[in-house]
Amino acid sequence: MIEVQGLQKFYGNFQALKGLDFTINKGEILGLLGPNGAGKTTTMRILTGFLKPSRGNIKVADLNVIEHSLKIKEMIGYLPEAAPLYGEMLVYDYLAYVAEMRGLRGSDKARRIAEMVVLCGLKEVIYRAVHELSKGYKQRVGLAHAMMGDPEILVLDEPTSGLDPNQIVEIRELIKEIGRKKTVIFSTHILSEAEATCDRVVIINQGTIVADGPTDSLLHEFGAGVVVDIVLQHPDVALVIAKLSIVAGVEKIENTTDTESGLLSGASVQLAVFSSTDEDIRPALYRVIREQGWDLIDFHLRSESLENIFAQLTQEEC
Amino acid sequence: MNGALTIFKKELKGFFFSPIAYIVITTFLLLSGWFFFSTFFLYNQADLRTFFTQLPLIFSFIVPAVTMRLFSEEFNSGSFELLTTLPVSNSGIVVGKFLAALTFIALMLLPTLAYAFSVAMLGDLDLGPVFGGYCGALLLAGAYIGIGLLASSITRNQIIAFIVGMIFCFGLTIFNRMLFFVPEGLLAVFAYMGSTAHFQNIARGIIDTRDLIYFLSLIFLTLYGTSFVLQERK
Repeated sequence: MIEVQGLQKFYGNFQALKGLDFTINKGEILGLLGPNGAGKTTTMRILTGFLKPSRGNIKVADLNVIEHSLKIKEMIGYLPEAAPLYGEMLVYDYLAYVAEMRGLRGSDKARRIAEMVVLCGLKEVIYRAVHELSKGYKQRVGLAHAMMGDPEILVLDEPTSGLDPNQIVEIRELIKEIGRKKTVIFSTHILSEAEATCDRVVIINQGTIVADGPTDSLLHEFGAGVVVDIVLQHPDVALVIAKLSIVAGVEKIENTTDTESGLLSGASVQLAVFSSTDEDIRPALYRVIREQGWDLIDFHLRSESLENIFAQLTQEEC
Repeated sequence: MNGALTIFKKELKGFFFSPIAYIVITTFLLLSGWFFFSTFFLYNQADLRTFFTQLPLIFSFIVPAVTMRLFSEEFNSGSFELLTTLPVSNSGIVVGKFLAALTFIALMLLPTLAYAFSVAMLGDLDLGPVFGGYCGALLLAGAYIGIGLLASSITRNQIIAFIVGMIFCFGLTIFNRMLFFVPEGLLAVFAYMGSTAHFQNIARGIIDTRDLIYFLSLIFLTLYGTSFVLQERK
């Protein structure tokens, strides 16, 4: 659906994008991740035709963004960061304006506006001026703007910024819902969001791609393997470590006891057990603990999150 | 062109949502009314000539005030990003905004028809120059709107857009009176470049293709330039 080929962008002497290559398939939800200034917004702006690439190219459905910009704009719905809408217009007038720009007229226009009002929860603010709205509502009007033309591709630049936690969940559900039929690209710096919503993530740092793949395979590829966190009550840390070390598959055990924490004061021992295999070592660990009769407080598999991978990939050069 | 029409409607409505429209109309009617009636009874002639004579000067201040926000405000608020990512070409955007401003100026001129009516009551008004005067006023407004749009497209600051637009409109207005600086060989070329002489020809009721070509080419060049500037902003 979308092919990004050797994309470069210069702002004067500053090179914001240093040759990006990736493809996005039809019906995929792609998360564009990266720290501030990584080039997420620039990539999206080139895709939507707001900026021209300095070198390289983007093809949408085999059409070049530079030559067929008008045709591609018809296929793309875009929500820029911070949704810069016309403040003096009423929400209804604004939606009507966007609907007309998308070529909707008469009953089609009225029906589509009504659908957007329901979908984005704009009923209470429909006759208010846009500049009076809270940031969350502005963001929702921006979403309605992006989805008005029922586009094939939805490009959302940080769609959940400024929303309250309930709205964030709603928007995520909405993105997933749309993603069943359409192609969605969205940028975020909230990693749990990408983890929860995307089929695939592309991580950009300083204008280059540092990771690209399905969410779970990235976790596998860059993750540190299986880690079990254990908290139990025993006065002798060394003994506990020694006993647990002999369990098959244990690579190393780290003592993570936080002596300053009130919760784990006294005889509590906190350990992180690293496994060298992909197999679950929890049954074997638990057997040892039960044999020794130690009082177990906490015992769980640490899930390797994108957070760790992200930090690992984007902070190396700093 | 669908997009241009939508932008035209949106911008025209936008003029009347902002207080600038009412301030501009009031200023225009005050200035033009005062210039016209302060001398009208002295001349003791039933025509609108003094009204149309002052028009280029008044327009060179009023028109840039109308056009200054059309692009600068979009750049400043960032809404230009939403506008250009909608399916509309740069020329569609420029034409839509141009027609909105031209319609606004036409609406602003509408109350001055009352001058024509009052003059017609007092004496025998020749309708030819009146008709020509209003046609010329629209052509002149079109050319100045083009200049104003071009000025607005180069900056995100409305005040700069206003001043730049005003300097060029005012320059064209007084150009014919500055010709004594020009060497004699180039006089014919330079004489053609001022706007006032062309406007006065049409306002006398003489429609000459040279004057029409002057205004239409000025409109085309400035709008094309604006569209080019938008393209190069990327």
